[in-house]
Amino acid sequence: MNLIVAIKLVPDLVEELKINEEGNFLDLESLRLRVNEFDEHALEQAILLKERGAGRVIVIALDGEGVEDALFTAAAKGADQVIKLTGNTMPLVSNHTLARWLAPVIKSLQPSLVLTGVQAHNDLDGPLGPLLAEYLDLPYVGYVAKATMKDGEVEIRKEYPGGLAAEMEIDLPAVLGIQAAEQPPRYIAFSRIRQAMKTVQLEERQIPDPFIEEPIAIARLFQPEIGERAEIISGDVDEIAARLVDIFTDLDLL
Amino acid sequence: MPVRETFWNIPHWAEIAQYILGFLTLVIFAYGVLRRVRRWRQGRPEKRNDRLGTRLLSVFTHAIGQVRLAQDPYAGIMHLTIFWGMVALLMGTILATVDWDVTRLLWGFQFLQGEVYLYYELVLDIFGLLLLVGLGMAAYRRYVLRPQRLKNLTNSALSRDDAYALGMLTLIAITGYLVEGLRIAVLQPEWAAWSPVGRVLASMFASLGDPTNRNLHLTIWTAHTLIAFVFIASIPYTKLFHIASVPLNIFFRSLKPAGALAPASVEGSLGVRTGDDFTWKQILDFESCIRCGRCQENCPAFASGSVLSPREVMIKLEAYLWERNDSKMLHGDVIRADELWACTTCRACVQLCPAFIDHLAVFTDLRRHLVNEGQVDRMLQDALDSLARYGNSFCQPERQRARWTQTIQPKIKDARKEAVEYLWIVGDYASYHANLIPLTQKTAEIFQYAGLDFGILYEGERNSGNDVRRVGEEGLFEMLVEKNAAAISRCSYSAVVTTDPHTFNTLKNEYPSETFDHRPVLHYAQLLDQLILSGRLRFSRKLDYYVTYHDPCYLGRYNGIYAAPRRVIASTGCKLIEMPRCGERAFCCGAGGGRIWMEETGVQERPSEIRVREAAALPGVQAMVVACPKDFVMFKDAVKTAGYEDRLVIKDLSELVLEAI
Amino acid sequence: MKQEIFVLIEHLQGRVTDISYLMLAAARGITEKLDGNVVALLLGHNQRALANDLAADRILYFDHPDLAHFTPGAYQRVIGSLIEENKPRLALFGDTSIGVEVAGPLSARLNLPLVSYCKSLQVENNAIKFTSQICGGKLMAEGELPSPTALVTMIPGAYKAEQGRSVTPGVVVQASVPQLDKHPVRFLQYIEPETGDVDITKEALLISVGRGIQSQDNLEIIQELADALGGVVCASRPVVDQGWLPATRLVGKSGKRVKPKVYLALGISGATEHVEAITDSEVIIAVNTDPLAPIFNLAKYGATVDLLDLVPALTEAVKQATVKA
Repeated sequence: MNLIVAIKLVPDLVEELKINEEGNFLDLESLRLRVNEFDEHALEQAILLKERGAGRVIVIALDGEGVEDALFTAAAKGADQVIKLTGNTMPLVSNHTLARWLAPVIKSLQPSLVLTGVQAHNDLDGPLGPLLAEYLDLPYVGYVAKATMKDGEVEIRKEYPGGLAAEMEIDLPAVLGIQAAEQPPRYIAFSRIRQAMKTVQLEERQIPDPFIEEPIAIARLFQPEIGERAEIISGDVDEIAARLVDIFTDLDLL
Repeated sequence: MPVRETFWNIPHWAEIAQYILGFLTLVIFAYGVLRRVRRWRQGRPEKRNDRLGTRLLSVFTHAIGQVRLAQDPYAGIMHLTIFWGMVALLMGTILATVDWDVTRLLWGFQFLQGEVYLYYELVLDIFGLLLLVGLGMAAYRRYVLRPQRLKNLTNSALSRDDAYALGMLTLIAITGYLVEGLRIAVLQPEWAAWSPVGRVLASMFASLGDPTNRNLHLTIWTAHTLIAFVFIASIPYTKLFHIASVPLNIFFRSLKPAGALAPASVEGSLGVRTGDDFTWKQILDFESCIRCGRCQENCPAFASGSVLSPREVMIKLEAYLWERNDSKMLHGDVIRADELWACTTCRACVQLCPAFIDHLAVFTDLRRHLVNEGQVDRMLQDALDSLARYGNSFCQPERQRARWTQTIQPKIKDARKEAVEYLWIVGDYASYHANLIPLTQKTAEIFQYAGLDFGILYEGERNSGNDVRRVGEEGLFEMLVEKNAAAISRCSYSAVVTTDPHTFNTLKNEYPSETFDHRPVLHYAQLLDQLILSGRLRFSRKLDYYVTYHDPCYLGRYNGIYAAPRRVIASTGCKLIEMPRCGERAFCCGAGGGRIWMEETGVQERPSEIRVREAAALPGVQAMVVACPKDFVMFKDAVKTAGYEDRLVIKDLSELVLEAI
Repeated sequence: MKQEIFVLIEHLQGRVTDISYLMLAAARGITEKLDGNVVALLLGHNQRALANDLAADRILYFDHPDLAHFTPGAYQRVIGSLIEENKPRLALFGDTSIGVEVAGPLSARLNLPLVSYCKSLQVENNAIKFTSQICGGKLMAEGELPSPTALVTMIPGAYKAEQGRSVTPGVVVQASVPQLDKHPVRFLQYIEPETGDVDITKEALLISVGRGIQSQDNLEIIQELADALGGVVCASRPVVDQGWLPATRLVGKSGKRVKPKVYLALGISGATEHVEAITDSEVIIAVNTDPLAPIFNLAKYGATVDLLDLVPALTEAVKQATVKA
């Protein structure tokens, strides 16, 4: 069985996010990308399923800064095949566009299960998973925290707020939006990644129709105003503690 | 005419039997040695055949001189008396054999006669007495004082081994004296005074009379012979083998700088997974361990109550390699991951081991395997991920590395663009940690005040990789070295200075030599020392503080820099009071070896708290001076949690110097 | 013709979720400016009573055994055909485990634009504008919602649940359920959350910890502070994932929504999944060494020191203040 993992590169939030001159998108020069954290969980879940005998893991990602590192890392973790989707002119595209590009390639891989992160922080037009599922004409369930393969089905645990969860079963093939893998994404030694870079073949596939669809136009992208931010209490810890005690007293907590 | 009558009262058959038994003993002994050598040769290769002259000298100083052992005076006297006692008695036996079976048989004369013989008897009697004194001291310590470090809590067979060694030696000595005493009691030679102990014993036997004494003599002589042969034959099978293994281990010790870790012995930096992956030298290390426990006694991890005892690890590994029990896993059954992760790589164990065992090399190799398998705790994983991505463990962007320079005027030179005299490699902690940034700024002030032409790499700098390597992540270490070396080699500078001893250690000892091309790498304590001595840095005030100084592990033990920081402190006018554990024996703050990146579990009292207590106990001490950013962070925290805020202040060397300027 | 704004009402274990009310409030805010109707869509089985306090002009109630529990297939079928037939101006869904699984596939299936992470909707010059909070709260995106129909998934923060509740229930119309085929996704059972622990949703003072706590041992000092203040300790996802606190203490998208008087956020960065669950707090006080952490956008007071340094000092100060009082 083929377990396909679709990973997305998203803006690295540790870095300072700069807005472009027009004020409607991120400044691409200063942009640094990293793998979407939830996609790392999706990969981890896929590897776990593979370790339990479910099949092969194929990882696919759109070309962008750091995509090779990400794919070789996936290979080092146990992915059997890693594919880079090339031909895009922009590092960041809408999920509708990305889903449309990924769908035919994933379809050609004859997926039994497609896994991707339940969301990414830059999903302005909705997360990738449901859109991808629709273009693949497959069912989708998101917020998945546990997955067990059964004959022709996958049994999953879907998380709801407040600690509530539901057990559902889905006929394969299907698409899952992973909230959390059953164990945190494993650590992979740097030397193993380097080893993968030497031995693993990174496949490239061209996007058949690299037309970018942007259904939502951002008029303004900005950082939340300073005025809205908190009143920062300064001083050493004792001074801050004293001020907080005053605040607590004012709020009738003490 | 005094002459040695070697087989007096011994019937001919006994004489023959002795030689036959002697031969058998040698066969058993040789087989035992062969077994060990064969095991060493199964180990992976390791090159240790350089600088033979230095190696021989080490053996002289440490195997014969036993300098390290003697640092504990009680143990020194105890072991040296046993050692020289046995050496003397062995020489005595050899001389007697040559005298009787060589010169007498072949050339018809004995040299053990006349004055030579008299002095021979006296020397042996005295040394025999010394031997007994040493054995008595050993038994007293082991069975009466019962120090923690000698306890064999997990394996009572080891206690039997310890008792065997002491017991056999004691029996040999005592039976030897008894034989001598009985002979003198019967023969009553004129020169009996030259065997003082024998003479005293003889007087005690005198009342028994002749046939009894002769019979006793033969019996005890037989016992002495048998015990001695068993003793010799058993050497390769008991802890007595240290007689051979320790000098060998000393001969083959690493002559590389202490701060240079051996690269992975297994291809691909995989580390040690099973017993087959150890090198022959590491196997020799395990066999050289005589369980003295000095490593455990000085280990900060052990002192803090964690599961790690370097002594126990060596014992377990030795036992495991002998067992070769396939159902037991090296990782998990014999050594647990939490034991390995508890090590702070302070090097006290290696520095103080009288057998010159390199515990750290083994720990690192075992850690390499854990890292390769991804068995790292979450905090460490986050730190390593951050180091790989951002070049620092704080999950802060590279751009922010030089944020601390924003308040410095004039702007610090960018060494990537301009030539500088001193390339200052600041280090992660000094650049990013909120509590340390003020100290880094002070150091910059000092440099500017001294008129130093210096610059930094700004965003071009990455974590130097010292602790990454000690954690076992060789691959990441190599990547960091590549990046840093590339950035450094593009610069034009005369010397490198760094404020972090960890950074200092790896730059100096582990970075490829081409990186610096013979330009000196200095820790800022050394630079300050130089500036003060040359007069470039002058003080306007004399500080009157009573301070103590904590030797950072990576500056002191690893690189032997003890004097320079002390001179700097003295030149500020402060009065230095040393802690009991100072210099080579300094007690680690607990942050090294990547521990500052790991979760703190199973610790009863943190090493930093133990150390702070030690400093605060010094009468009159107001401050503890440190020269390492991690020390500063650890001790500041420890002072708070241990409640010494009113008692002790932690000051960095730079603070002291700036105050005095 | 009046423009309709559909709102998919989410409910779990017999209760309508807060986000549903928030969306009704958002929809009301639009229909007040433009000529429109708020239409609440309630799907269930024998759950008509859930419609009782929905502030909507019209409530369409779909009853069918297959709708007793949320399944994506059935919901998509019902809502999809409804949108196709009625072509509303907007359809609002919660950015949740339920809403996303309806809005997402329908956006692709019906080729309708979708905006996510939407915090608020405004009317400007007869156009409907969205304000979305993306990139973990570090960025805000504004734009116009395309005509004729747009789908929106919403996050809490700009509206209060009360604004979406009504004492006078709107008109409830029992709507006909289209043919629900057998779908590849089948609901099996619920897994109830652990009980027996304190209910943090009812607490007035919460001391919450995040990644900044660094190790489980440090929870001790947090508990001391909580004891001194008379509050309860809770946490964001990283802490619960580690097993350092039980899931009953999880505050966030997958955890509980809380409405304390004071929410003390220690070592919490302010990622959207966490922050959306605390927007009903009266006062948020945040401690984080990163001055750019998004939590400071929401907090009223803040400090940029290390919580491990501050908490013991604060506990001490609180104890002394309590003694004095």
